[in-house]
Amino acid sequence: MDQPIIRIQNLQKSFGTLKVIDGLNFDVMKGEKLALIGPSGSGKTTILRILMTLEDISGGRIEINGEPLYHMTKGGAELPADEAHLHKMRRHVGMVFQHFNLFPHKTVLQNITLAPVLTQGVGRAAAESRARELLDMVGLADKAAYMPSQLSGGQKQRVAIARALALQPQIMLFDEVTSALDPELVEEVLEVMQRLARETDMTMLLVTHEMGFAHDFADRVLFFDKGRIVEQGPPDQIFTAPQEDRTKSFLRKIIAAGQRV
Amino acid sequence: MEWDWEFAASIMPQLLAGFRITLIATALGAVVAAVLGLVFAILRRSRNRILSRGTGFVVEFIRGTPLLVQLYFIFYVLPDLGIRLPALTAGVIGMGLHYATYASEVYRGGIEAVSRGQWEAAKATNLNARQTWIHIILPQAVPPMIPAMANYLLAMFKETPLLSAITVLELMNQARSVANSSYRYVEPMTLVGVMFLIVSVISVVGLRWLERRYGGVGK
Repeated sequence: MDQPIIRIQNLQKSFGTLKVIDGLNFDVMKGEKLALIGPSGSGKTTILRILMTLEDISGGRIEINGEPLYHMTKGGAELPADEAHLHKMRRHVGMVFQHFNLFPHKTVLQNITLAPVLTQGVGRAAAESRARELLDMVGLADKAAYMPSQLSGGQKQRVAIARALALQPQIMLFDEVTSALDPELVEEVLEVMQRLARETDMTMLLVTHEMGFAHDFADRVLFFDKGRIVEQGPPDQIFTAPQEDRTKSFLRKIIAAGQRV
Repeated sequence: MEWDWEFAASIMPQLLAGFRITLIATALGAVVAAVLGLVFAILRRSRNRILSRGTGFVVEFIRGTPLLVQLYFIFYVLPDLGIRLPALTAGVIGMGLHYATYASEVYRGGIEAVSRGQWEAAKATNLNARQTWIHIILPQAVPPMIPAMANYLLAMFKETPLLSAITVLELMNQARSVANSSYRYVEPMTLVGVMFLIVSVISVVGLRWLERRYGGVGK
């Protein structure tokens, strides 16, 4: 069949002496929507950050579209990737952050058009009209001229989603995108993502503590603990009939905390 | 000791000529300091240990020695090595280099105040290093630095009389030459003080304005 869009093989990541990812293997197929769940410190966010090349890896191998992310071939030999290679590979991947990380000195529209104009050679007019379409899609068509500081958290996060989409990456990473939001603002962001998941064939990886959302959003759920996958499967199976004790006890705690799964 | 208005007026052209040099030296020194300071700050952040440590050492060395000694070195010692510089050039380089080390600390503080998330967002939107600096980091880092930079500019301006030690004909040197030939110190030294004071007072007012305007940017 098709080759996976992401292939992770024996991935290792340590921060000093702390091993956060320990021999991780998994593939992601094109268009798949993955939810990564698990207790804090289980390495979920680190995986996204590694895929975005915000962290170095300590060992193992990652391929995107069959091309190694952290390695490159030069003169027949495989070497650690240099900045130019990472830069080239990054165009496949986009990311939405927990704390939005909008550019505070740029307007909403400029936040979205900056990268396409600078990195993809898109004309300013084309970039702006595309940005306005995206703003319309996330329900913020009237906020194009605003500064980020004038927006609510939920609005900021929707702009951040539009910013990432403007680059048309094949893979989108969502890192706890609702964790920093006031509860009443969570829904508007989830709604946008839900629609995105339905309407695009983009591959999406979602790290979340919103189990109900993970259930609705994902084709496959990966439960992580201590840098390894404990259990994975379709959401119905993971959330209603988990096999592993650690998954069960994690979900029990989540339910006890009042969340829907 | 009596103040002689006529004498004061007669020496004004010579003093103003010196004042012009003082202002030129300050302006050029500031440009050198601003540019070199940024270079120092960026080199110190380099991932290359030799580069960052080496720059750190140079910066500490320059900061740890008096400006006057550095000026003597550039103007009187370098010619022994075959590098002969005009006095004003030597002065501008000396002052610029010296204040670049202070400026680099200001840059460093301003750059470090930009959150890590901004670097990560720049990466996630696939900007390269140059684009990240120009479009994301510096526009956020520079405005909060402006008051501190203006402070150093004023400090440098007030240190320009040191250039008289290496024969630059700036304001202080002109005043001294007037005094030496006329044996009158009251008028030339008073006028020097007044000229510096006028610029300083204007600058302080400007500085207050800058602090109000930019002090709060970047939170």
